[in-house]
Amino acid sequence: MQAIKKEQIDLLRKEILGLQGLGVKPANNAVSVALGALLKNMPGRVFPTGVVHEFLSPDRTAFAAATGFISALLNNFIGTERYCIWVSRQGHIFPPGLKAFGINPEQIIFIDAGSEKEALWIIEESLKCATLGAVIGELQELSFSHSRRLQLAVEKSKVTGFIHRLYPRNIQPSACVARWQIKPARSQNKNHFPGIGFPAWDIELLKIRNGQPGHWQLTWQHNRFQMTHHDTPDISLSLSQNSTA
Amino acid sequence: MNRYLSIWFPHLYTDTYARQQPAYQNMLFVMTTSERGRMVIQAANQQAESEGIHVGMALADARAIFSNLTVVETATTQQQNLLLPLAEWCLRFSPDIAIDPPDGLLLNISGCPHLWGNETLYLKEIISKLQTKGYDVRAAIADSVGTAWAVARYGVAHSIIPSGKQKEALCDLPPEALRISKALAEKLHKLGLYTIGRFIDIARPTLARRFGQEILLRIDQALANAPEYLNPIRPVPPFEERLPCMEAIRSAKGIEIAIQQLLKKLCHRLFLANKGLRSAVLTCHRVDNDRQQISIHTGRASRNEAHLFQLLALKIPSLRPDLGFEMFLLEATITEKLTAVQERLWHSSEADNSAVAELLDKIAGKAGLRKIHRYLPEARYWPEYSFREAAGLQEKPAMQWPANPSRPVCLLPQPEKIAVSVPLPDYPPLLFHYKGKAFRIVKADGPERIEREWWTDEGLYRDYYCVEDESGARYWLFRSGHFDDEQSAWYLHGFFA
Repeated sequence: MQAIKKEQIDLLRKEILGLQGLGVKPANNAVSVALGALLKNMPGRVFPTGVVHEFLSPDRTAFAAATGFISALLNNFIGTERYCIWVSRQGHIFPPGLKAFGINPEQIIFIDAGSEKEALWIIEESLKCATLGAVIGELQELSFSHSRRLQLAVEKSKVTGFIHRLYPRNIQPSACVARWQIKPARSQNKNHFPGIGFPAWDIELLKIRNGQPGHWQLTWQHNRFQMTHHDTPDISLSLSQNSTA
Repeated sequence: MNRYLSIWFPHLYTDTYARQQPAYQNMLFVMTTSERGRMVIQAANQQAESEGIHVGMALADARAIFSNLTVVETATTQQQNLLLPLAEWCLRFSPDIAIDPPDGLLLNISGCPHLWGNETLYLKEIISKLQTKGYDVRAAIADSVGTAWAVARYGVAHSIIPSGKQKEALCDLPPEALRISKALAEKLHKLGLYTIGRFIDIARPTLARRFGQEILLRIDQALANAPEYLNPIRPVPPFEERLPCMEAIRSAKGIEIAIQQLLKKLCHRLFLANKGLRSAVLTCHRVDNDRQQISIHTGRASRNEAHLFQLLALKIPSLRPDLGFEMFLLEATITEKLTAVQERLWHSSEADNSAVAELLDKIAGKAGLRKIHRYLPEARYWPEYSFREAAGLQEKPAMQWPANPSRPVCLLPQPEKIAVSVPLPDYPPLLFHYKGKAFRIVKADGPERIEREWWTDEGLYRDYYCVEDESGARYWLFRSGHFDDEQSAWYLHGFFA
């Protein structure tokens, strides 16, 4: 009896997700993101695709960290064939640096938007193009009505959008499914190895529809995410030269 | 079969002058220039001619006929300058137009009149439009330039010579109608050959012996036996569609409908020619002779009506119809070969790309083509030169992107100067100040020396360090030049993820 009830509830939950524009995607279009423990907090234990994610970056270093995190996610969306549109405002992305996150920079089409208004228009038009892998838009402000427009666009096309806000001023409620804040974290080195380790991030999921907000520490190594283990004590200062070490 | 229209403006100078100076309309006046010390009439308007004043008469004689004559003195008149705007205005009726000095225009109207119904309506439209502008016009349509020219000047005004009836039309006209030299015409008159009919049937060798080759050529041209080519004011574009409107169009909706109709025709023609357009120009002729253009460009050859319409529709707001547009002209300025693509059952990457290309066209139309970038790797070490812009969506990288973890994700367009404290030469800094804040460095990698491309670029090399501060933020710093060099300085160049 209990089992049947649980099954019924799960079914109804899925139906509700579908009505909210978070439906499970058709099989040939499925994107699975291996985010490990983070997925526990996601609706239906899958990374929401075909929706708009919002990233807040209060400063340049957070911006670079979030750019790295998005690039690492992007890998799952564009594969080796699809294109991605990256609407940049003042990000100054360095294409050769993206290769380290497992994506081919030539699959990204960068568009320098002159103004916020133009950027919004380009992002919305791009989100309507169903054949794109993903759309990344750098903005400063995103009002509720704008986020609603973007959400409506992706509900039709099932493209995943990442809105990256640098220096956000007023943080209003938005129609985006998730709101993230990524900060750089101290990189970890195995066995007290000197120098800088793998990119590490302090990931805060501030808000997620039908899920649980959370806070994690992730590392990007060997082309996948790994939870940061704090078993190794921090090395306070290790000034060393690669050549001589 | 070609059809030609000859338009003659018998009072071109005076009509143009009266258009510029409305006070002279409906007024008897002549235009004079001084010639060998006396004033000679250069042009006389219709009223003056009906009083018996004609061109070439001395002003004193004309004054004797009509005492209160209004005289306008002119410098040497430039026919070309008067005719060119008229010819350009006539482009709405035919794409192939030549100037026929001193006072006429020649139009190759093959394939045009049916757009206005038939030749009668077409001719009527042109004449009435020119007459409302204030020009005295005589025109004729015929199979050959020669006959149209002759009938317009010497025959019944506004007549249409049916195909193949040139000879009948010419018979009653004087020999001057054949566009022969003045001397030859006088000679023919002296011999009593007052009309073309009197000598057109004379055996060709006889005519040639008596009057030279010129007359034979002119007869052949008039009868459409010898070719005659127009020298068009503008080369005829191969892919052009025109849409004249019955009423001036002022609304955006109306313009949209016009664009859709033009695109339908143009795309069909492109389809037949196996071509696609790369760039197109829509010219809108306004009622007050103003012309407005919008142009579109596509990233790859296209003849997709819906897509091209979207591109043009984006630019409709830039048009200023004011009183309304009376004609639309759509020209494919650049075309490329585009073979038909078979419809695919599944979404393949090729199909994907075309949707992306169409999206990019739309963005390029709104924001500009220069804002769209796609990058490919370049085999150079200097960070700013390590990638280059791709030529298009199709270009594949010639080499692999180097998967170098010591390259940042964000690179400042200009390295920014920082103040550092370095414990030892060639060591990474312990501390750096950037924008008024101090960053204490905890971990560091480096240096990685990157030399300038000395064969093109002179300057200091850079020693790059990847550093991490207490909060975990990672930066790309460099010292330019040798550490004990006076010019050496520290810069922040990028941010790692």
